[in-house]
Amino acid sequence: MFKIIWYNIISISIFKTKNKKGNLLIMIKIDHLVKNYGSNCAVDDISFEVGKGEIVGLLGPNGAGKSTTMNILTGYLSSTSGSVSVAGLNVLDNPLEAKKHIGYLPEQPPLYLDMTVEEYLIFNYELKGCKLNRTKHLEEICEVVKIKDVYKRVIKNLSKGYRQRVGIAQALIGSPEVIIFDEPTVGLDPKQIIEVRNLLRKLGRDHTVILSTHILQEVQAVCDRIVIINKGKIVADEKTENITRAVESSRRFNAKISGPQKEVLAMLRSQSGIVHVEALPQRDGDAYSYLIESDVGIDVRKSLFFALAEKRWPLIGLESMGMSLEDIFIAIVDQSSPKNRYERGKRTRNVKAEAEQEIAKSIMSNTSKSGSARFSALFDEDNNSKENDN
Amino acid sequence: MFAIYKKELRSYFINAIGYVFVGVFLAAAAILCCYTTLGSQSYDASSYFTMLIFAFIILIPLLTMKLFAEEKKLRTEQLLLTAPVSIWEMVLGKFLAAFTLFTGCVLVSCINFFPLYSYARAERAEATYSELHIGPVTAEIISCLIGIILLGAAFISIGLFVSSLTENQLAAAVVTVSIIFVMLILDMVNKYIDVYAIRFVISWICVLSRFSNFTNGMLEFSSILYYLSITGVFLMLTVRIYDKRRWG
Repeated sequence: MFKIIWYNIISISIFKTKNKKGNLLIMIKIDHLVKNYGSNCAVDDISFEVGKGEIVGLLGPNGAGKSTTMNILTGYLSSTSGSVSVAGLNVLDNPLEAKKHIGYLPEQPPLYLDMTVEEYLIFNYELKGCKLNRTKHLEEICEVVKIKDVYKRVIKNLSKGYRQRVGIAQALIGSPEVIIFDEPTVGLDPKQIIEVRNLLRKLGRDHTVILSTHILQEVQAVCDRIVIINKGKIVADEKTENITRAVESSRRFNAKISGPQKEVLAMLRSQSGIVHVEALPQRDGDAYSYLIESDVGIDVRKSLFFALAEKRWPLIGLESMGMSLEDIFIAIVDQSSPKNRYERGKRTRNVKAEAEQEIAKSIMSNTSKSGSARFSALFDEDNNSKENDN
Repeated sequence: MFAIYKKELRSYFINAIGYVFVGVFLAAAAILCCYTTLGSQSYDASSYFTMLIFAFIILIPLLTMKLFAEEKKLRTEQLLLTAPVSIWEMVLGKFLAAFTLFTGCVLVSCINFFPLYSYARAERAEATYSELHIGPVTAEIISCLIGIILLGAAFISIGLFVSSLTENQLAAAVVTVSIIFVMLILDMVNKYIDVYAIRFVISWICVLSRFSNFTNGMLEFSSILYYLSITGVFLMLTVRIYDKRRWG
């Protein structure tokens, strides 16, 4: 026991010295990045870091600045201000070296349609100045992305799914440390989407992966961390687990109870396991609606039912306000752009929307509060878990 | 750079464009050679070269129109610009690919002079007077070849630059054709301008008058420098276009 703790202390201190010395662990660092297209601001002061072996999902509605961020990261565009470094190399000062560490799949896979897959991959191999054994390396990649059966075919004749995979293969050539995928699953069939996700997860083991998407299940399934961008700003930056936990752990119910409002409220508040009760402005005959929030891990529904039965206040309706990541995402995006609120229309009822907004708020405030502190905490955790594995 | 060079050179022959270029170039060269030398019973190759330059109006855009325009349209330039290759290397790779094909064609078209030389030998054998030189002047042909290759490089870099401005191949081709056409025609128009100052300035920029030095068998330094600097300037402008787009 003592030994384990001792190792922990050592490993953490080693980690910290490494981190100070030379960005061994931070693979991507984006620092106050701004990109203007004329007067139009596409990316507005974005900063985040990605550690080695992390899979980060860049999430956001169309036109949020995901692709622009990625294009700047890969050196395709330059930033208006701010700096971007990959593997400790500034993309602007040292573009050739930095680009050697990046494999990039743009939104539209950059394929030469009149080449065969083989020619295309060999061209990429030479273009990137790759030094690995060519036949072996290309064979490995083809195996990973499953394009062996179309290896000799002309890209023009391939289906969208295969083209996408050839694009992915291109990004993997030279096995770069950082892999950047811009919407990798667009246009694929469901089976292929699952395959690509599995591939991404596999890649995440020894590469750093950033992917952008607007499909939420994808980030939830694949990513360790989610960065939500809206209108060029980061509105949330949180580990996937935390977001999922925040969604699940909030056990909120919308209960419709017929009975005198004041007494019902008092009774509900005195119930054990209930953290928060609020009367809602909806009324149905003599029944009022209440918002009930229970403690984490306690199911109050049964005890609530019996308690109300004892008082002879009928429970007319009880609805769990389970939320999906999707709702949270929309809430976060809505909150970060208040002007567009009316666009949402009658998508959800008020109560639910409020609950979502609260979670969204807490996630957003977490993001703004914690910067690098949260990030290093993340590593400490990782270190701990690794140590425990030993 | 070498990867891009190889890819471009190969892509000429994957598409029909490379074959069309080589075929049309050699056919035009052969016809012009017959017409200017054999047809008019002359050993003077200078008018052959001058007429060949006018064939470049159509030929050079064939080579250059797709170099950047196609990449832009297919979004493959993203691949090149995010690869560990500098913009200069990318532009040079493409330029050299087009230039190689062009130079190759020019050198192959030298076959056209064989009949001239064999005719000359036959005539010399029959000639009774030996003081006069009979046959084509080799030095003049070589200087013309050097001149035409330099001129080709300048035109290719212009075509390359135009191609980097648009994503429409046809537009690139049309614009290149008109630019080369104007540059060549300037020399003829110049004769009708009365104002000496204007004529002087225009004669300084027109491409064809520079070429006449080569046709006289002179390797004039200023002419060589002139073609090289046109090439350099347009290659640099192409690089600047890409640089600017990154910053835009």
